[in-house]
Amino acid sequence: MIDHAEQRVLMGNEAIGRGLVEEGCTLAAAYPGTPASEILSSVVAFAKETGVALHAEWSVNEKVACETALANSMAGRRSAVAMKQVGLNVAADPFTRATYLGVKGGFILIAADDPGPHSSQTEQDSRLFAHFAKAPVFDPSSPREAREMVAEAFALSEKYEIPVILRPTTRVCHARQNVACHAPAPLKQKANFAKNPGRWVATPQFLTGLHRLLNEKLDRIAEETAFAPVLTPGDGLHPKICIVASGVAYAHASELLETLGPDGKIDLYQVRLACPLHQPFIGEIREHYEKVLVLEETDAVIEMQLGPGGVNGRGSGDVPRQGELTPDIIEAILRKFLDLPAAPAAMAAKKGIRPSLCAGCGHRAAFYAIRETFPKGIFPSDIGCYTLGMNFGAVDTCHCMGACIGQGAGFYHAYAAGGADFPTIVVTVGDSTFFHAGIPGLINAVFQGARFILVILDNATTAMTGHQPTPQLGVRADGSEGRKVFIPDLVRACGVRHLREIDPYDVEAFTAALKEADGFIRSPEGDIAVLIAGHACIVNRAARKAQAVFVMSITDDCIGCRACIDTFECPAILFDEAENRARIDQNRCIGCGVCVHVCPASAIQADGGKP
Amino acid sequence: MKQQIVVSGIGGQGVLFVTRILAEAAIEMGMEVLTSETHGMAMRGGTVISHVKVGPFTSPLIREGQADIGLFLHAGNLEVHRGFLKPEGLIYVNRDKGGDKEAIDATRIAREHGSLVVANLVLLGFTVRRGDLFCDAAAIEAVLKRISPEKQLAGNLEGFRLGLASR
Repeated sequence: MIDHAEQRVLMGNEAIGRGLVEEGCTLAAAYPGTPASEILSSVVAFAKETGVALHAEWSVNEKVACETALANSMAGRRSAVAMKQVGLNVAADPFTRATYLGVKGGFILIAADDPGPHSSQTEQDSRLFAHFAKAPVFDPSSPREAREMVAEAFALSEKYEIPVILRPTTRVCHARQNVACHAPAPLKQKANFAKNPGRWVATPQFLTGLHRLLNEKLDRIAEETAFAPVLTPGDGLHPKICIVASGVAYAHASELLETLGPDGKIDLYQVRLACPLHQPFIGEIREHYEKVLVLEETDAVIEMQLGPGGVNGRGSGDVPRQGELTPDIIEAILRKFLDLPAAPAAMAAKKGIRPSLCAGCGHRAAFYAIRETFPKGIFPSDIGCYTLGMNFGAVDTCHCMGACIGQGAGFYHAYAAGGADFPTIVVTVGDSTFFHAGIPGLINAVFQGARFILVILDNATTAMTGHQPTPQLGVRADGSEGRKVFIPDLVRACGVRHLREIDPYDVEAFTAALKEADGFIRSPEGDIAVLIAGHACIVNRAARKAQAVFVMSITDDCIGCRACIDTFECPAILFDEAENRARIDQNRCIGCGVCVHVCPASAIQADGGKP
Repeated sequence: MKQQIVVSGIGGQGVLFVTRILAEAAIEMGMEVLTSETHGMAMRGGTVISHVKVGPFTSPLIREGQADIGLFLHAGNLEVHRGFLKPEGLIYVNRDKGGDKEAIDATRIAREHGSLVVANLVLLGFTVRRGDLFCDAAAIEAVLKRISPEKQLAGNLEGFRLGLASR
């Protein structure tokens, strides 16, 4: 029976946030990104609930978040920074040096991996990054364990003065489980930065010494019995075979072995600290077992440390080298490893509905105008809800945060080098992405004389990850007021001379602005034209209530040409195959009225318009 | 007691809310619970699924052919997610026509009640009424009272009770 008073159902990210607050974290910084987004908001919520006075912030990007948290640690206070796995690429520069210099107050970097991937541009393994950066990395298998590892990571970090990575995956971040909650430890660590230039400034002459010190720390951590893999013994009837697993792959394997009955009663080791792997364990495994199966996501990090050959895993082709290790995939691997008959093949399932911009989304209106105005244009775009513009031909590239602006410049130079004509390049970027990594690209594009149209899709939020505020909103993570930083000011400060702000719902005005911008970039004195397409995200209830609502209908003038379906892709416009005509799904239509522009037969009607 | 449930729908229908209610209801009943949810891009109107496992499980995911119960907020998803159900698994579906004993037009009922967003709770009430879920109506109502925002509590309870009272 569970103790009701202490148990709460927490998502993995909430369990991590709860752990940070309970364990005396004094500063938490993050940039939102699936599957890590809920960690920081949980820190804020639990700190408020328990009366803990810590600093929590949505930083402008992961690099800044990491640097801010590192300084708090240098001042002797427990610190955490949270991001998705590709956020660690952005924070790589401060983090890789932090292992050499070490930390003072416990420092945890949470990098949430996304095997699959479900909502990311790569499925890279942050444990491999930890190996490269020489940081210890914990690999939790459940929300509850992720919470426990927060305490272990802080203790390890302080004992060795080393930054520690906690690497949950999507299936831990977005799992819910009953987790015991306790009162937070009182915050005792006062800020106290002890100057030490040889360490905190560390010019190259100091670095060999610091590197040696780091290697020695890792050697000692690898000998700590506390981090030896945990054995769940079998029944002794299969003495020469075992499974070594980590993360959620361990959770799947553990449950699957149970379902296999006597056949599944074999030794199962859980690796909790994936790197550095417990050194004595490596010898023990080689000595005691003839057949070893390694199950881990997403790359062969444990396998690599066990040494070449001799294990069943990715190297031997027994485990797929890409994609998520789902329970179904692991079952097939286990059955083969244990010489059991394969499970019956699953029935083929249809693919689900692809995601689409919401009915009434301002991005759709902007994309429609862009594509209709420049049918031969090139459309670099970026990461956010607006990547979905690819569904109707308004997004040609999506690379990494902020890349679209550098790409816009690159496409211009590719075509225009030597004075050749160039297609109109319309770059689209979201407001949060512009703050994150768009500004250096824009300065560079202006200075290097690129010519393109940059459309900043400003929906006044970071929509896809759950509506975190941007600096322009003037609201901090804890709800307090911050000084607003305005996008138009930033655009002008980057050297841009042609700037217009238009609501894309006004398709005619927006189209006219696009044409004007095209004239500017092609004029002798032209360079970059920026349009800020401002329309608040309609998921924001207050914003939605403030806008006019039309009653939409499709008249008998509909000729069944499907233009509205193919060029606009609004989820509220359905095609009735039997009647060969389009219809409005009144359950989903929010009455924005934009679709009246897309019907070549003028069959879409908007009535009313009262807010 | 062990029970595996899938909740299937499209982004925006409230699959996550139903998942959370079921998880909280398990705690209410003093049981262990593990769930898995879909977040991110798919929430923008794409097909989403949640897994709910009540009892002593370690993996948050349900394998093919292992679910005892499926709640389908979008009938079209039957073709996508039916494979998660055991052959004898029970399916409850929000469907505007059909009339078989396991289907209910939750969307219509919710719309007539004045709030489309509670269609998920209408289907949940309908499912609880059939008596095969691990939890009863009292547990769900206790959870709704605990976790609903104040403004939505009355509507949520009404939606759930409409499902509970149907046929």
